[in-house]
Amino acid sequence: MTDLATDLAVELRGVSKKYRYFTLDNIHLKLPRGQIMGLIGANGAGKSTTIRILMGLVHQDSGEARVLGHSMPAEQVAAKWDIGFASEDMRLYDSMTLGWHMSFIQSIYSTWDSAYAHLLLKRFGLRADQKIKGLSHGQRVKAALLLVLARKPKLLVLDEPTTGLDPVARHEILRELTNVMADDSRSILFSSHNTQDVEQISDQITFIDRGRIIDSMDKEAYLDRWRRLRLEVPLGIELPALPGIIGVEQQGRLAVATANAFVPDLAQAYESTGAHVQRVENMTLEEIFIANVEHSREEVEA
Amino acid sequence: MHGGFTFSQSDKRPIYLQIMEQIKQRIAVGDWAEGQPIPSIRQLAVDLHVSVITVKRAYYELEREGIIVTQHGKGSHVASTPGLGTRLNEQELEQHLEQATRIAAQLGMRPKELEDRLREAGDRLAEKDLI
Repeated sequence: MTDLATDLAVELRGVSKKYRYFTLDNIHLKLPRGQIMGLIGANGAGKSTTIRILMGLVHQDSGEARVLGHSMPAEQVAAKWDIGFASEDMRLYDSMTLGWHMSFIQSIYSTWDSAYAHLLLKRFGLRADQKIKGLSHGQRVKAALLLVLARKPKLLVLDEPTTGLDPVARHEILRELTNVMADDSRSILFSSHNTQDVEQISDQITFIDRGRIIDSMDKEAYLDRWRRLRLEVPLGIELPALPGIIGVEQQGRLAVATANAFVPDLAQAYESTGAHVQRVENMTLEEIFIANVEHSREEVEA
Repeated sequence: MHGGFTFSQSDKRPIYLQIMEQIKQRIAVGDWAEGQPIPSIRQLAVDLHVSVITVKRAYYELEREGIIVTQHGKGSHVASTPGLGTRLNEQELEQHLEQATRIAAQLGMRPKELEDRLREAGDRLAEKDLI
């Protein structure tokens, strides 16, 4: 593909939406085709609103949303053939069986893959003759996911697909999501507050807090920017403020500095002040999430 | 499938480093032979249920270390360097020796004492028939 615009599965540019008590403010994000993006944020951060805007379910006040080349919400009818959307409040008919739902979706979407649907039934431990009302929460989530996965859409948009699931069900779902990536023309955007899930399967990560995007970038590059430096600080030595360090906690002679723009020179800069760098540690996405949210809230409030 | 790769959340290292290490182990023990084709980045990501970008990072670093070779459009293979497996084993030995030397220095141990301790460790393993 030569056209850059068509290489993006999702693109939001300057998207804003104002509610009485909440504002989604100037959202920019890009998801290249063939990749998975994890949208991370606390409850109420704006993840679901962002997802609803790119699905055309909520209309933004300003800014541009393009999904698989379609402008949203104007072209949502055309776009939806290629998008599979699942969220917790997705309604299935309680008195109908899962098999009935499968035939129903199959009758609408020509891309339905029956063999794959039956494979998913087995992998998810579900039965086609089960009525929806008899399903547990985890089974319901898996049933809803089966119904979108078997359509083989070009883009999967999943709002909290692993929330409230037991560890086995979570792994089953993460496995199926990564299996989708065998086809490099397909893409996934999912939201989660489970940072482990996002760290494991995402190519791109987007942090959202209080309606604003804090960071949105390539996961490996992102993880690589963050480090924790454990320092031994002799009495009488004062640690300098260094660029790239967002916080230092010191107790007695031991200090921990958190870097969000780590370069090896930072460790040398501390050494040259007389402090001793004991260890430089990588951080998990969970640790980064917490440090980042606290730091960005301090900046906003400052 | 490429079974046997396992990632641990209690392992503090990022996943790409864990993938690198496990590929090196496969080469060191001879399961992945010199010159042998290895899975594509996307295939290994699907098999391991991790993101493509993470496997890409691992392959990139392994290529920089001269352990694998990626040819555009042709996929990746283990470098055809004779004795690559042995070299990886030696690298691992070097790392362990450096680590031991560092700890010995912290304990204020002289090199001669460390040598003796190494010999003793060898004797203990020999008794247990482990080497």
